[in-house]
Amino acid sequence: MTSQETATATPLFSMSGISKYYGGVRALEKAELTVMPGRIHAILGENGAGKSTLIKIMAGVVASDEGRLLLEGREVSFASPADAASSGIACVFQELSLIPDLSVADNICISNPPRRFGMIDRQAQRVIAGEALARAGADDIHPRTLVKDLPLSRRQIVEIAKALARKPRILILDEATSALTAGDVAKIFAVLKRFRSEGMALLYISHRMHEIAELADECTVFRNGRNVATYKAGTRSETEVVEMMIGREYKNVFPPKPVYVSRPEPPVLECRDLGWDDRLRNISLTVGEGEVVGLGGLDGQGQRDLLLALFGVLRGITGEILIDGKPQSIASPTKACDESIGMALIPEDRKTEGLMLPMTVRENLSFAALDRVARRGIIDRDKEEQLIDEMVRLLTIKTAGLDIPVGALSGGNQQKVVIAKWLMRSPRLILLNDPTRGIDVGTKQELYALLRRLADQGAAILFYSTDYDELIGCCDRVLVLYDGSVINELSGDRLTERALVASALNVDQARMKEVRT
Amino acid sequence: MSDITGERGMERRLPKFIRRIDPAVATAFGCILLLLAVGSIYSTSFLSVEYLLQQLKVASFLGVIATGMMIVILLGQIDLSVPWSVAVGGMMACAAAAFGHVGEVLAIPFGILCGMAIGLTNGVGVAYLRIPSMIITLATNAVAQGLMVVYTGGFSPQDSATTAMRYIATGFLVPGVPNAVFIWALIGAAAVFAFTRTTFGRSVYAIGNRERAAYLSGVDTRRVVLIAFVVSGGLSAFGGVLLAGYASKAAQSMGDTYLLPSIAAVVLGGTSILGGRGSYLGTVAGVILITLLQSILSVMQMPEAGRQIIYGVVIVAMLLVYGRQRRTE
Amino acid sequence: MKEWRFWLAEQRQTLMAIGIFAVMFAIYVANHPAGFTANVVQTAANKSVLLAFVAMAQTLVVITAGIDLSVGMIFILTNCLASWLVVGGAGATTLGVIAVLGSGLACGILNGLIVIYGRLQPIVATIATGAAYFGIALLLRPYPGGSVNEDLADALTGKLFGVVPASLVALAAVVLVVWVPFSRSVLGRAAYASGSSEPAAYMSGMPIRRAKFLAYALAGLLASIGGLFLTFFTYTGEAAYASGNAYTLFSIAAVVLGGVSLFGGKGSVIGAIFGAFAFRTIGDLLFVFDFDPLWQPLFQGVVLLIAVSLGAFGLFRVRNRLEWFG
Repeated sequence: MTSQETATATPLFSMSGISKYYGGVRALEKAELTVMPGRIHAILGENGAGKSTLIKIMAGVVASDEGRLLLEGREVSFASPADAASSGIACVFQELSLIPDLSVADNICISNPPRRFGMIDRQAQRVIAGEALARAGADDIHPRTLVKDLPLSRRQIVEIAKALARKPRILILDEATSALTAGDVAKIFAVLKRFRSEGMALLYISHRMHEIAELADECTVFRNGRNVATYKAGTRSETEVVEMMIGREYKNVFPPKPVYVSRPEPPVLECRDLGWDDRLRNISLTVGEGEVVGLGGLDGQGQRDLLLALFGVLRGITGEILIDGKPQSIASPTKACDESIGMALIPEDRKTEGLMLPMTVRENLSFAALDRVARRGIIDRDKEEQLIDEMVRLLTIKTAGLDIPVGALSGGNQQKVVIAKWLMRSPRLILLNDPTRGIDVGTKQELYALLRRLADQGAAILFYSTDYDELIGCCDRVLVLYDGSVINELSGDRLTERALVASALNVDQARMKEVRT
Repeated sequence: MSDITGERGMERRLPKFIRRIDPAVATAFGCILLLLAVGSIYSTSFLSVEYLLQQLKVASFLGVIATGMMIVILLGQIDLSVPWSVAVGGMMACAAAAFGHVGEVLAIPFGILCGMAIGLTNGVGVAYLRIPSMIITLATNAVAQGLMVVYTGGFSPQDSATTAMRYIATGFLVPGVPNAVFIWALIGAAAVFAFTRTTFGRSVYAIGNRERAAYLSGVDTRRVVLIAFVVSGGLSAFGGVLLAGYASKAAQSMGDTYLLPSIAAVVLGGTSILGGRGSYLGTVAGVILITLLQSILSVMQMPEAGRQIIYGVVIVAMLLVYGRQRRTE
Repeated sequence: MKEWRFWLAEQRQTLMAIGIFAVMFAIYVANHPAGFTANVVQTAANKSVLLAFVAMAQTLVVITAGIDLSVGMIFILTNCLASWLVVGGAGATTLGVIAVLGSGLACGILNGLIVIYGRLQPIVATIATGAAYFGIALLLRPYPGGSVNEDLADALTGKLFGVVPASLVALAAVVLVVWVPFSRSVLGRAAYASGSSEPAAYMSGMPIRRAKFLAYALAGLLASIGGLFLTFFTYTGEAAYASGNAYTLFSIAAVVLGGVSLFGGKGSVIGAIFGAFAFRTIGDLLFVFDFDPLWQPLFQGVVLLIAVSLGAFGLFRVRNRLEWFG
């Protein structure tokens, strides 16, 4: 089937001048997008480039702060996902919206089930569900199966079928194939191409270059909240694409990194063939004394799981973890921060995992080191006071007092409390899970300096960040994760943003080097 | 955190001294004064020292039990096995008394130990098997009841309390001050110390606030929860021991009338039912409030029916006012 | 051909409850001096139906991942009310029945308002409302007494065609009239969804609050049908605290035995009904094997304890311990 010429057909949907701010952070700035019927349009960009926000605006999940949405030339606005759905836009998000204890048929017909005498007509439901599943190429899934009895890959197909059941004119897939097997992906692609020929417009967000190469008619690259380029698929090489994706504004200043230093053996942390479920595969790494090692790669490739695994939160880990050369079995965070291991984890979400917001600054600060400020269970107020004052000074935590709820502090200071809380234990191995997310620039600088100081004092630091700038500036080495395994290790001169992005997308390094010279 | 800024906004208008008092605690004490005023209209002896001390004595039994309940509620859990933990404590203490001299000496500890065993079962279920506390404590309550029915053969327990039990419940170490009040005061002091000065206390508040964060801070949250339930069971049983000492023997359903009041006392004293927030002073106020309420209702010869209705209404009303603050998610 | 296999998977827990009950009842009847006669079945049915109604009430609420600790007290309250109102001629009796059912519904609605729209935790809220309901029951019947329209009572507790216990027929009728429409309605599905995954249900735009409210309201209604039947059996109204408490507790046991998950989202009243039957039969079995009836409360308590422990074992096998915490 020939696809229509972009120049002569009217766009089905277009967005122009879209801006969206979250607090002071700019997620989208005067972004635009044109969606043509009968085309598959791929959207690329690194983390935080604005792709997901744009899609959410299109699907009615969030509202834009500025800009216009045009459906077939008519201006529209969506107050809710239901609005967008009734305009013919269906979206399949990464987080599944299925109800586990209900059947596939129930889930597919969840919004507007067929009824008879006021009750849900189960027969009619099964028929509709069967049709939707067939359209999605999933005839092997029986509509009466309970969703919780399906593996993740099948559930994703049910999600797609659910979106298709509403016979949309625009179908958006946001990383919707991440859990599918190669066979499923092939089937889905055949289905998607059939929809394209029927006139449906498809938006496909993915970081898998080979999928995009096979599927897309045109591609749009987002960077820093803007649409930087739209081109016909196949007209740019992978290298050029990577080039378009990078180029963030450099605002941060980093403390100098020591040039190659020989580290004492054995390393503080060593992993051998670490695995967990299918989220972590054969991870082997070392972190030496005084080293700052970074974890890079796209979001959700196993970085957080790796940190949780090291800290004793995950069950069923295969492989070995060695601390100071000795194998350790870490079954809980209590064991992990024990004197013999000396680990600390700065968790992902400070509000729900790092702090007890209604409790005072003092109580939060001493909470991870209770055994150090107490003797036989009774807290020594003076000792506590002394250690806390030291920490507040060391990290310059700005607070109106030590006895106010920690929830009253600013985000940056809250994060400092989280870090100070752990530093009270003088840990040897510090794990950080995206610690500077949502923090002001000033505090970020302080944290970078602090990390380097801690490393110089002999701590081993493992640092996951979604900010490439930070990884390059702070880390001695960066391990890039893809699909749960380490696919590249970058350090020294080779640690550049181009290399990081390329590795994150699993673009062949050799080919990249070729084109550059 | 809108509720925090909201609180602080309003608080800024009050002088600093008043700002530090929890509004719920203040309300509870206010209600106590109100009740005393209302009662004194009925009869002037309401404000006499003897009467007030008598009320405090009766309140002590509830106070001991409510202390245990408070620890569990602070964790964000609940202990519905109070009725039969109380009964087990009383009955087993009396039962041990029948075993000669050794039994007499060990009666009180034995009663408490039985209560701790119930608490242990609850604790293991909640902390290690992750069974919702409401469910497992209902179940252990039923099992405890079953055991006691078998033990007593369906009759009222015949054993009587030891002299020691009677002494701590009804004696007067200090002339004029009932021993029971002393005991409550001691337990209360220990509770306050535990809450404010021990790692256990901090952990309880932390777990009630945000168990996830407490867990990720390296605290052995499971052990803390276990200990909390064991202590609660022990305190409930000790309450039963006191009650048995007061009446000189145990009775079949002696604990039934303590479940609702203990929860009410804790909640009315400002402890959040969701956990993580509350002061012991509030529980003290709540206990006295409930005891006074019960006493006034019986003086007014309000039938049991009216009392139950008033309980229910008062609890719901107080919860609607105070129990909703942290519900925005 | 595969259809029945799906049905089997869907009804697995319910079928297990039916199986357990069938085995227990068979043993009971086999050892009963009178054997498998209509009278034996009738007595067993009459006793079990009471718990079955209360268990049905509890099921509706538990599906939404809530709990109703006042069902036993609504049961007692409606019993006392019925002993006043369900008397006299046909007209008066009918009005009386409607009033009693209405009062149960009202109790349920009050529970629903407080829990859903007042946003209070169901545990404490229903303990409190339960106390209030018991207080009202005590007001109505400070001492056991009253009467009931005996023709109606005998008809509903007797036998149809000399064989089938009328109480079972009534139970079946209630299931058909109340449960079936509810479970197949949009609100019923929303109730299941809110227990299974409230965030997903919310994202799908389901009427969660209305569904939960309806669950509490209907629970009150079902408990009141139980109270009505209690009046039919005993011809009196009695505000027995211990009894109300026991029914609440046993309704939870029945629900768990019937395969309804206390975490919400799955199960059906059929399972809970058979769970109630099975639980009741424990006492009968003890009687038939000459066990001291003293052991019954303990047996029942232990069964409850085991049932809830087994039910929660799922959480035991999580891979990421952070899932323990909400």
